[in-house]
Amino acid sequence: MSEVFTKSMARNIFYGGSVFFFLLLIALTFQTHEAWPERDNHENLTDQVRHGKELWEVNNCVGCHSLLGEGAYFAPELGNVYQRYGNSTDAIKAFIMSRPKEGIEGRRSMPQFNFNDEELEAIAQFLKYVSGINTNDWPPNIQG
Amino acid sequence: MKYESQSVAKLYFIAAIGLFVGQIVFGLIMGLQYVMGDFLFPEIPFNVARMVHTNLLIVWLLFGFMGASYYLVPEEAETELHSPMLAKLMFWVFLVAGALTILGYLLVPYAALAEMTGNHLLPTMGREFLEQPTITKIGIVIVALTFLYNIAFTILKGRKTVITLVLLLGLAGLAIFFLFSFYNPDNLVKDKFYWWFVVHLWVEGVWELIMASILAFVLIKTTGVDREIIEKWLYIIIAMALITGLIGTGHHFFWIGAPEYWLWWGSIFSALEPIPFFMMTVFAFNMVNKRRINHPNQPAVLWALGTAVMAFLGAGVWGFMHTLAPVNYYTHGTQITAAHGHMAFYGAYVMIVLAIISYAMPMMRGRKACNSAASQIVEMWSFWLMTISMVFITLFLTGAGILQVWLQRFSDEPMSFMVVQEKIELFYWMREGAGLVFLIGLLLYVYSFFIGGKERTVEDKV
Repeated sequence: MSEVFTKSMARNIFYGGSVFFFLLLIALTFQTHEAWPERDNHENLTDQVRHGKELWEVNNCVGCHSLLGEGAYFAPELGNVYQRYGNSTDAIKAFIMSRPKEGIEGRRSMPQFNFNDEELEAIAQFLKYVSGINTNDWPPNIQG
Repeated sequence: MKYESQSVAKLYFIAAIGLFVGQIVFGLIMGLQYVMGDFLFPEIPFNVARMVHTNLLIVWLLFGFMGASYYLVPEEAETELHSPMLAKLMFWVFLVAGALTILGYLLVPYAALAEMTGNHLLPTMGREFLEQPTITKIGIVIVALTFLYNIAFTILKGRKTVITLVLLLGLAGLAIFFLFSFYNPDNLVKDKFYWWFVVHLWVEGVWELIMASILAFVLIKTTGVDREIIEKWLYIIIAMALITGLIGTGHHFFWIGAPEYWLWWGSIFSALEPIPFFMMTVFAFNMVNKRRINHPNQPAVLWALGTAVMAFLGAGVWGFMHTLAPVNYYTHGTQITAAHGHMAFYGAYVMIVLAIISYAMPMMRGRKACNSAASQIVEMWSFWLMTISMVFITLFLTGAGILQVWLQRFSDEPMSFMVVQEKIELFYWMREGAGLVFLIGLLLYVYSFFIGGKERTVEDKV
């Protein structure tokens, strides 16, 4: 770099630029909070859904699945699994219950978590709630 | 080594390398599970292997950053470390906490671990990369703050350089943004949004400051180029990193329930994120070309150049490839993301830690400047084996990802996830093969530390 561009100029760009864009990030974050009520499906965020989210977390579901595209890519996307299973929480529950304890020879298989009915319902309701979030039309199709 | 207390870094570096080996072993297990679905099932299900793989990576990189700081800060500040005792103590605290956490993942079901550690009191577990029990997270904060205190007080009592200042800013940011890991609202949209305040603002934000300052230190030491020039580069690189990367966070907000304007903010700013990485490449090659000394430690220079190039390719090019919203709409959450993640982490963060280890370790082990020629040759072989196999891992995952996007999302008759996974199996096999070569490279790397012999001088050919 030429002598015209000095170290103190570089330093000022760093401090000025970082502070400016950090403040912009905060401003946009506030704006995002304003916009959320229209999009985040919070009206369906029931206690059951909260419990479902907790079960989702303590069983590390995101360690294999993705949810709204985030997580692992070992097992199917679940943000729209409610629609994929014909808008049926029962179908979701039936699948989770049906997993063989010892897996399936040679293939990937979801573990058997031995959930009780109440837990199964909570997880299914959580996934139904997720499917109602406005995601800008993602995923592109029902396969997720 | 100019100051006695720099040697605490050795512990950190040894632990980092040890955990690195563990990380790769679990990576190979997962890679095999991709093609042999029942491998180690149900003893080590995929999600457990993945937690171990990613958490070990994070922990060993943190060990690497801490070791790097303990080594370079006293030398830059021209004073002994504020408290070498505290540094040693925190090393053992962090190592034991880390080991217990990994054992917890492996020995008990995750739900049981959550219950044992009282996750319901302050639920933070079960989110990608932040799987650690809350108590471990608190431990990480304590270790990070104690470490920051030690580093900050060393800098305060000594010479203040741009390198230590930038490093300190990066480390402080690392500690501050980690606090978002304790915020886990019931509302999934908010949870996901603020999760990125840890993950993105770490790897595409403050970690870049840490990386750039370590790189600057290694380049000053190995090229002898004037500090003024290097510091000017450092400032402008990190300026561009934060100017593009802060709003670039928006590229994670496209499809998680955040407003639509993020499609624009995220696309535009993250499209600029390759700039600081490109500048880092130009910087590293420029400094080496303008070198005023020929440093006898060739692998250190090789890692420094390598990290600049591979970070640009992995973070810059592979990131850009799928960062524009119309492209990301199809690639989000596919093997394309995995491809990018692998090369970016290896290029930017693995290689910078290996660069400082390569530079510092010989001196901490009592050499004047470097290892023997024989040791350097093996280390450079390990560089090429790991780097080239990582290129292939990335290419194979990219191939898998392109096919996946096509079959599952783009074609007229989209197929289901599991059907597509079987169709792209060949790419997963090739990835596993490349992974094995990576492991061989890593084992050679470890072996290079055990090769003795007369210290190389500049006249000796390598």
